[in-house]
Amino acid sequence: MTMLPDPRPGQKKLGLVIDLDICVGCHACATACKEWNASGHMGPLPDFNPYGNDAWGVWFNRIHSFEEGEGAGARTVYFPKSCLHCEEPACVTVCPTGASYKRAEDGIVLVNEAVCIGCRLCAWACPYGAREFDADEGVMKKCTLCIDRIYNENLAPEDRQPACVAVCPVNARHFGDLGDPHSGVSQIVAERRGGDLMAELDYKPVNKYLPPRSARMAPTQAAADDTAAPGDPESPGNRLLSWVDRLLSR
Amino acid sequence: MTLASWLREYFSPHEVIDTSAKISDEVKFTTCYMCAGRCGIKVHLKGGGIRYIEGNPDHPVNRGVICGKGASGIMQQRSPAKLKRPLKRAGERGSGEFREIEWDEAITTAVEWLSSIRATDPKKLAFFTGRDQSQSLTGYWAAQFGTPNFAAHGGFCSVNMAAAGMYTLGGSFWEFGEPDWDRTRFFMMFGVAEDHDSNPIKIALSGLRRRGAKFVSVNPVRTGYSAIADEWVGIRPGTDGLFVLAVVHELLKAEKIDLDYLGRYTNAGWLVIQAPGAGDDGLFARNEAGEPLVLEAGGSLAGGMTAGVSARLVGDAVLPDGRRAVPVFQLLAERYLDPSYAPEAVAEACGIPAATIRRLAGEMARAAFEEEIELAVGWTDWAGRRHESIRGRPVSIHAMRGISAHSNGFQTCRALHLLQILLGTIDVPGGWRYKSPHPKPTPPGPKPAGRREQIAPGKPLAGSPLGYPLSPEDLIIDAEGHPLRIDKAFSWDAPIAAHGLMHMVITNAWRGDPYPIDTLLMYMANMAWNSAMNSAETTRMLTDKDPTSGEYRIPRIIYSDAYYSEMVAYADLVLPDTTYLERWDCISLLDRPIGSPDGPADSIRQPVLAPDRDVRPFQDVLIELGARLGLPGFISPEGGPRYPGGYSDYIVNHERRPGVGPLAGWRGADGEYSGRGAPNPRQLERYVANGCFWKHELPDGQRYFKHANKDYLETAVSMGLIDKPEPVVLQLYVEPLQRFRLAAQGHGTILPPETHRERIAAYFDPLPFWYTPFEEARVDCGTFPLHALTQRPMQMYHSWHSQNAWLRQILGSNRLFLNRALGRALGLAEEDWVWLSSHHGRIRVPTRLMDGVNPDVVWTWNAIGKRAGAWNLDPDSPEFRQGFLLNHLISELLPPDGSYAHANADPITGQAAWYDLRVRVDRATAHEAGTTAPSFRKLAHPVSLGRAPAILRYFSGDDHEEQFS
Repeated sequence: MTMLPDPRPGQKKLGLVIDLDICVGCHACATACKEWNASGHMGPLPDFNPYGNDAWGVWFNRIHSFEEGEGAGARTVYFPKSCLHCEEPACVTVCPTGASYKRAEDGIVLVNEAVCIGCRLCAWACPYGAREFDADEGVMKKCTLCIDRIYNENLAPEDRQPACVAVCPVNARHFGDLGDPHSGVSQIVAERRGGDLMAELDYKPVNKYLPPRSARMAPTQAAADDTAAPGDPESPGNRLLSWVDRLLSR
Repeated sequence: MTLASWLREYFSPHEVIDTSAKISDEVKFTTCYMCAGRCGIKVHLKGGGIRYIEGNPDHPVNRGVICGKGASGIMQQRSPAKLKRPLKRAGERGSGEFREIEWDEAITTAVEWLSSIRATDPKKLAFFTGRDQSQSLTGYWAAQFGTPNFAAHGGFCSVNMAAAGMYTLGGSFWEFGEPDWDRTRFFMMFGVAEDHDSNPIKIALSGLRRRGAKFVSVNPVRTGYSAIADEWVGIRPGTDGLFVLAVVHELLKAEKIDLDYLGRYTNAGWLVIQAPGAGDDGLFARNEAGEPLVLEAGGSLAGGMTAGVSARLVGDAVLPDGRRAVPVFQLLAERYLDPSYAPEAVAEACGIPAATIRRLAGEMARAAFEEEIELAVGWTDWAGRRHESIRGRPVSIHAMRGISAHSNGFQTCRALHLLQILLGTIDVPGGWRYKSPHPKPTPPGPKPAGRREQIAPGKPLAGSPLGYPLSPEDLIIDAEGHPLRIDKAFSWDAPIAAHGLMHMVITNAWRGDPYPIDTLLMYMANMAWNSAMNSAETTRMLTDKDPTSGEYRIPRIIYSDAYYSEMVAYADLVLPDTTYLERWDCISLLDRPIGSPDGPADSIRQPVLAPDRDVRPFQDVLIELGARLGLPGFISPEGGPRYPGGYSDYIVNHERRPGVGPLAGWRGADGEYSGRGAPNPRQLERYVANGCFWKHELPDGQRYFKHANKDYLETAVSMGLIDKPEPVVLQLYVEPLQRFRLAAQGHGTILPPETHRERIAAYFDPLPFWYTPFEEARVDCGTFPLHALTQRPMQMYHSWHSQNAWLRQILGSNRLFLNRALGRALGLAEEDWVWLSSHHGRIRVPTRLMDGVNPDVVWTWNAIGKRAGAWNLDPDSPEFRQGFLLNHLISELLPPDGSYAHANADPITGQAAWYDLRVRVDRATAHEAGTTAPSFRKLAHPVSLGRAPAILRYFSGDDHEEQFS
């Protein structure tokens, strides 16, 4: 087992806020994540049989899609999923070597590859399926919240955010300190009533999901009152008459 | 130390993380080419490899974002399907057996083949390019060669949109215009998946939702953009025009139209001659100066372009010769007020309740007329009248392939523009805006060249191979009315085929109809597979021999591609191209610009990496061929190569007209001019220093009403964007269409053949109308009760990305999606296998059920199925075994009805109507399940492709990341 850091008052909880209202499922966050991290802190992210059958590789961020609801309220949902950096991550406490750990300073859950023995207990323990086993190196890998970007002094301050956030064309992803109720991300979550994925499991995920807004459906109203009733008695000829005295001015 | 703290220490070892690792050795800006969107990118290089690719935050197209494709550029560069050396066919065509040759031999061979054609009959070269972003060069080269047989892929992509827009507005959806994303209040999107402009649309939709503007998606399938719409209207395919004209009907009834706008900026008041049987019936009544006339309040006639003239909307005019004429508006109102366009009349055909149509018309009217926008910006109109503010109606529309790929697409797109114009929403705040260099004049120019007298051995073509015919006199036909182009563009088959008909080239060349050709030269167009309708038959035509001579019916095929696509195997000579990261390119105002509503813009690609194989940019090769062939535009006065530096030399030094070249930025000796100016030898340096793009920001007063904005029009003339500072009049009624129709009625000297008269008379209606798509009209809809569509996945572009190790993991095989209710009715469960049949063929495919699709529609992802052996994928890849194409079901010809064999295309533009497909679904037997049918013989690999790795461990700068099994 591996211990979690003691919670501290004002604990920094870095994480993501993902807006399901505007995600169109374009996969930019998934491939940008793959691209950055392939040569990043946990890279490489191997791809097995990349040009053949059953190609599969290590991805820290995957997009799922499903349909929900019925009738006019039905919708198609795109659901990006990566490590949620839980406050009480079972993937850490289950780790026999301390390879899987949660950072005290910012709450990021990481894997220390040097001491990972590849037992995969963490993958079994994670209810979100967010762990990615590198069968080539025999170690577990996972989302680092782009730890090699967010503090990177070689990047301009505005670029110090995870690759998936920087890239999102619809601005559906936000990064920040969810431990600070005044942070931008906390305010978005409050305003949009963001929530936890599978809250009932009580792992207290730091990442939040913003639900779809209700559709802006206007009340049924036709172009004008006189067109509201079907089968308008007015003939085209009569309608034309109303324009006879109208002039167009160039 | 307590036990607990010891344990914590022991079990919580902290690793040392370099959180400020060096990111890159070098950053180079260029332009993406993972799709047609042309976003600006920053390529970070480290250790000789690509560290990562990100969006350029300053770039006008993508403003820093990048999509799933663009962020996978590393894997495109690493593709094992990259061609490495020129190839000459060694086995039979289609075998994939090649001999590797040197460039000298490749160029010499091409010159030998092409020079004899040019010396004898230049039209025997057919030069067609695919998703080519260098059409201003390739088209110019074709014209210099002297062949009219040139086009790019627009004929099966979006020519319906382009042509309808250019004849109506002098602009069009996508490349020539876009919604005023920041101000629109009501936005309706028709038939768009991840088509074109992908990042700008995503950025914009996100903004609409944040601002609370209403977004309605009219699309048979509820995925992607439609998934986040406020309202999804799951229309039946091919009925959009009917739906839109029902909205027009409602707006006319409610008088929710912008009469002031119609008067000032359109031809609504122009008089149309009403003289059935006469040769000028349906044309505009004009004065001696050729100016269209209007009917003034007192009943007199006046010039319709006189500033301030008042024109009646409705009323009979008597012309000086005693004949009758009525305003365009009257014809329009009579037509669309007819009960056949009432919501009740169209609801069933469209699959949209009448109440929904009525409500949407109401919402549009409310946004347009009750949420009017006024910007406190002064501007001057074309007549010199000063306006203290800019007013706009915040309703906007975007449409693309879902409209375009139907045989009624031109008229449907016209209907969309008609709706936009009636609401007064063209180039106004909140409406739809031209992207400069548009608008261009209506009717558009130039006219196409290619008639007999315009072609001569050893001489350039007397004009441009593509253009805009305005009357039968402009057609490219012979005295008997037969087509003169190999694709029959600009013939009576497709008179306004402004982008050509690439989809008919192979069929026609194989038939020798209208004549046999000698050489087919193609560039990045996968015509032996997913870019062809009727793919299997197309490959048969490519390999078919004349039994008497033993020669291929298409004698020579030269093909250039960067990758081992299916088409490569059918070429006799293969010219391997570079990747997009290895060459110079320009996204030119002369071609398909990246301009914005706030000003014109263009951009370049620069080589970010040096090729590691013996390949050359196709544009360099084309320029060298031009010089070796002695094409006037490509040789110096002394007879040597005019652009010895290749494409980058051409980009800087070529002048199409004095002072106007491929790039508009930093012209003049010191880079002091925009648009027009002498070549600047350091122009490319300026582009590179500016992130590889140039944009001109228009002053606030020139950003709207560009079609009638004096200051803008004068700016556009001074920059060389247009020739004259004259207003562009929006054409509700498109007179050139009537000229073709009159010919079909027997007027004039150039008449359509009997086989075409009825068709031309019916479809060349100068006012938009709706008709049943041709395939639906001809097949038995009881036998083929369903529509079948494809859409482009967001993370893939055509066939290009199945070779991409990352993207193919996301989508390596496709399914046929059916509405759950349809699945139930057919007794299908998820992943069941079915036969999908059309009048033309059948395929065996796996299925998936969903709710968000029109119940009469089945659909799948485009271009996922591949041919075994192509793209250097393993033969057991899912792309071959579970992937499939609908192309096998689509005929390039309409179902035969005993009459002329018309193309499966729009009758006006020749646009391929691949969304007209009608199908049926039958369950496959258990023993048939598991692999898709048909399957094809595996293509051999050129030796030089090399082996694909079994494990890929990409890490920038690490040379040892691949493991071979």
